[in-house]
Amino acid sequence: MTPPYDPGDVVEVVRAPEPGGVGGAYRAFGETLRGLKTTFKRFVEKPVTVEYPEEKYPVYPRFRGRHKLHRFEDTGLEKCVGCSLCAAACPADCIRVVAAENDPEHRVSAGERYAAVYEINLSRCIFCGYCEVACPFDAITMGHDYELSDYDRSDLIFTKEMLLAEPLERTPLRREGE
Amino acid sequence: MFADVFFVEPWWMQLIKSLVIFLVVFNLVPITLLAERKLLGRFQARYGPNRVGPYGAMQPLADIGKLLGKQQFAPRHAQHFLYVIAPCLSVIAAAGVIALIPFGPTVDIFGTETGLYGIDVSIGILFLFALGAVSFYGLMLGGWASTNKYSFLGAMRAAAQLISYEAAQGLALVGVVITAGSLSLVDIVEAQAGMWYFIPQFVGFIIFLIAGFAESNRPPFALPEGEAEIIGGYATEYGGGRFANYYMAEYLEVVVISFLTVTLFFGGWHLPFGIDPPHWVDPIVVIVKAIFFIFFFIWIRATLPALRYDQLMSFGWKVLLPLAMLNTLVTAVLVVTLN
Repeated sequence: MTPPYDPGDVVEVVRAPEPGGVGGAYRAFGETLRGLKTTFKRFVEKPVTVEYPEEKYPVYPRFRGRHKLHRFEDTGLEKCVGCSLCAAACPADCIRVVAAENDPEHRVSAGERYAAVYEINLSRCIFCGYCEVACPFDAITMGHDYELSDYDRSDLIFTKEMLLAEPLERTPLRREGE
Repeated sequence: MFADVFFVEPWWMQLIKSLVIFLVVFNLVPITLLAERKLLGRFQARYGPNRVGPYGAMQPLADIGKLLGKQQFAPRHAQHFLYVIAPCLSVIAAAGVIALIPFGPTVDIFGTETGLYGIDVSIGILFLFALGAVSFYGLMLGGWASTNKYSFLGAMRAAAQLISYEAAQGLALVGVVITAGSLSLVDIVEAQAGMWYFIPQFVGFIIFLIAGFAESNRPPFALPEGEAEIIGGYATEYGGGRFANYYMAEYLEVVVISFLTVTLFFGGWHLPFGIDPPHWVDPIVVIVKAIFFIFFFIWIRATLPALRYDQLMSFGWKVLLPLAMLNTLVTAVLVVTLN
């Protein structure tokens, strides 16, 4: 419901004085000096530039970068059971999962089945994070890496081994209050 | 037919000093180029170029090298001779002024009387305006010879702007000429030994400086180039080395106008408070003062937004020109009554 009209709430519009005349010239001169002062204040400050390739921009904890696949820390078994729910959830259709039965002698995953092939085509991925949401075992999460350019499209198809491995360079994480 | 020259050195001394003066002032151009980009960065809280060489010091070299390495091309319908000669005219007209700038009085170098300036002519300021008029041809011919509507419109704009502000600039200097009683730049500097002219001629100084911004096509008067309306203005059809020439002429103008401001209003080689260093310091004093004004040019560019074209015209004709006339009149009356 619209609140009742209260004339005390109305902010009065402040308009610039009309240009021209001696007063206008005086104001123009004064405002020019004020502008010079403003820019000079910036001049003595330290630049805010982040010199990118040397200095990486830190990301927030919930930043959605390149995906990671996870293992159980105690047993070392893969969390992924090859259920393909991530592939079903993916709006860009960039995930390919081929599941296989676990051999009881040499278990790959904790469940009945495991992902024999798990590929993400990062040239199609839109980094929406639906795969992370869809996964019933938290096997896939969005990581923090954002430096993903490559010279060849086929190099952007990440295999299971690549997604399981730790990234070569760590992306800096934004500290508390940064 | 020729103007009086107050003082003539032997030919070899003229050769040496012209070489030294031109090398020093020309080298201020790439330094200005770099300083502009670095300082503009600082004014906007960023670093500016810092990749080429230490602290980006080689950036102008890289820029110029890139431009000179490009293919020399001309539009098929261009008036070829004029098209080629126009950028050269711009540079020559700007560089010619350097000869007039006094860096110091007449000194004794290895037993030879030498003036620390290119040449001291009795019509100094007129010579200056003559060269300024020649620099119009650089822009006008460049725009016309390109046979391109944007070039032509840009050239018309540049010419209208330069002529409008040249009038105010000329009248602003009349006050200085009346006060000093001479047209020679060396005499004007000598006359400022007691008081720099920016105090008695403050209005003249402001007008000269503003008109100087307009003359060198610097922001806030950078209207001959306008990406949205007329692309690159008179330089639209120029590329590579020829564009580099126009670019250099523009920055040379900035350097030259800084030197002229120092010469005409800030006492040239004089220092305030009666400090009188030996004569070898004089050129350094002039250059340091000029560098301050180059800095000021960049500072203004970082601060003021561009004018609209009608604002530019009405400011030039309705504000600066009457003010310059009034300044001349008041100065003349004061000089006559006080003497």
